Amino acid sequence: MTSVAPEHASPSPHDPMTLSPASQAPVWDDAANERERRRARVRKVASRGVLYVTATFFALFAALPFAWMVLTVFKTNTDLYNPNQNPFLYNEPPTLANITYLFENTEYATFVRNTLIVSVLVVIVTLIGAVPAAYSLSRLAGKWGEGLGIAIFLVYLVPPTLLFIPLSRVVAELGIRNTWWAMVVVYPTFTIPFCTWLLMGFFKSIPRDIEEQAMIDGYSRLEAIWRTVLPVSIPGLLTVVVFSFALTMHEFVYALAFVTSSDQKTISIGVTTELIRGDVFFWQSLMAAAALVAIPMALLYNVFLDRFISGFTLGAVKG
Amino acid sequence: MSASAGARVEAAAEPEARGRYWLDRENVLAPVLLLPAVIYIIALVGIPLVMAVLYSLSDVSVGDQSIDFVGLRNFQQALGDDIFRTALRNTFAFTIASQIIVLILANILALVLSADFRGKRLVRFLVLLPWTTPIALGVLGWLWTLDNVYSPIDYILRQVGLLGPGSPLGTSWYGTNAYWLAYPDRAQFSVLLVHVWRTLPLATVILLAGLTAIPQDVKDAANVDGAGFFRQVFSIRIPLLLPIMAVAVLYGIVFTFTDMTVVYILTRGGPTNATQVLASWAYFRGIEAGALAQGAAVALFLFPVLVGVAALMLRLARRAETV
Repeated sequence: MTSVAPEHASPSPHDPMTLSPASQAPVWDDAANERERRRARVRKVASRGVLYVTATFFALFAALPFAWMVLTVFKTNTDLYNPNQNPFLYNEPPTLANITYLFENTEYATFVRNTLIVSVLVVIVTLIGAVPAAYSLSRLAGKWGEGLGIAIFLVYLVPPTLLFIPLSRVVAELGIRNTWWAMVVVYPTFTIPFCTWLLMGFFKSIPRDIEEQAMIDGYSRLEAIWRTVLPVSIPGLLTVVVFSFALTMHEFVYALAFVTSSDQKTISIGVTTELIRGDVFFWQSLMAAAALVAIPMALLYNVFLDRFISGFTLGAVKG
Repeated sequence: MSASAGARVEAAAEPEARGRYWLDRENVLAPVLLLPAVIYIIALVGIPLVMAVLYSLSDVSVGDQSIDFVGLRNFQQALGDDIFRTALRNTFAFTIASQIIVLILANILALVLSADFRGKRLVRFLVLLPWTTPIALGVLGWLWTLDNVYSPIDYILRQVGLLGPGSPLGTSWYGTNAYWLAYPDRAQFSVLLVHVWRTLPLATVILLAGLTAIPQDVKDAANVDGAGFFRQVFSIRIPLLLPIMAVAVLYGIVFTFTDMTVVYILTRGGPTNATQVLASWAYFRGIEAGALAQGAAVALFLFPVLVGVAALMLRLARRAETV
């Protein structure tokens, strides 16, 4: 497995700047020393300043729409729809009415429920497909395992926008067009490839001895996997569960192409197709719908970040 | 699956059973375990891919589902269409421009995040938000941020005097609002901005993983030799990071080149198709207009670039193996 959490890694990059070439100072009198020290201090303060300014710039750029989203959620109509006052302030007291409205007067709750059902089923199908495949490719298949593993990973890069037209026919033939079953059937086409790849890396890091010992003790290979490999792979399996869940939350194109009934829609597509309405006075609830998903998702990603990244880097980074 | 599960039950019952014996052989078990995933991928990726090609060579539509071959007519029609040509140009322009910007910004941001400073965890959390949020909902946030009347960006521009009568930016900025999504050039800029915004985090974390993997003794040696900050960046970090930068950019290319969500939610391809891309145009033709064959043909124009990206990924992965 690659990469430890970035924050407890490597000395900071400004260190080399502070290690000024003092040894090159030709004369070693006190005044030169003092000058050198002061210059080093100035340089250090300057580099810290640049660091903070840059960090702030990027944080603002990334967070701008979210900040505006969260600010909007708690605004009253008369406050929000007045372009003449400062939009970054609450000119009227904040309100929770927009969130209540979202749950009581729109189908948001249905979208949330559908999303959860689809996610759970996609996770199950993904595990059934990816766990045996990853074990087979990393342990049993020998030389061609790695090659085939990369080939399967590349399937993850086949975009929905290339396949959604023929798949809409497939989904219609299966009789599940316009139901959330369509998503359950189609989403594993991109979760299984990525998760197989993630799990291959994981299984490789587990010593072969543990299942070989179990087999010497009289268990068959499958029993050995079940009793020894899977229990120690729980962190890897959890990563796969979270990643499949996240990909399901993110998907938009297939859902848009296959599902048109509002009671079958998931959050991503329900919010953007059903809740964007002609009348303008709705942005607060719309933003609440987005923020209520964005924030928990961000927290979840942060926990599993390093494992996801180890999959994305294709083994090009050795930890 | 059922075959292997059944065999396991049988094996548990009678240790010497023949089922257990042949399933324990690696050359039997390996394909059996691989089967569910491979069948899934062939059925729902492989076959649809072939169908996409067949569709593009036929006259199939929502009204007439039978496939009658018409040769390359759909491709010729697409190429002769102004909207298609705009979409093709936009797809390449958005992808290339956004990924050049992302590459520069991601290098800077990865450098910032590899330093230690107060509030780093918060900065990292915020910087990752565009990637962790479902694309559709993130773009929805931008739709509201770039609103024609209530955009907070417009408010800031008004306050600093860049928007409104006498704006130094020119007469098109004299109004009270910038209409980010209504002027063709500003709409294109907005789409580009959102692509940069949403692909920057992944590129950054990939580069960060590469940065932390640079061996400590290399950095120490550079310090001892008295290499300055910029010397270290350009002579050590960037050369060592090149393969991982390639990986980051390849993901960015795939996710930008094939994306329709940003355009669909932000502009619907407008104003007057000025922001149309291949993927969105394939959707509007194939699904909304019901011209399945034409939609499939338009989408297939994505394919050559994807094959190129896949080949490069393969080479990078191979190289990583042999290192």
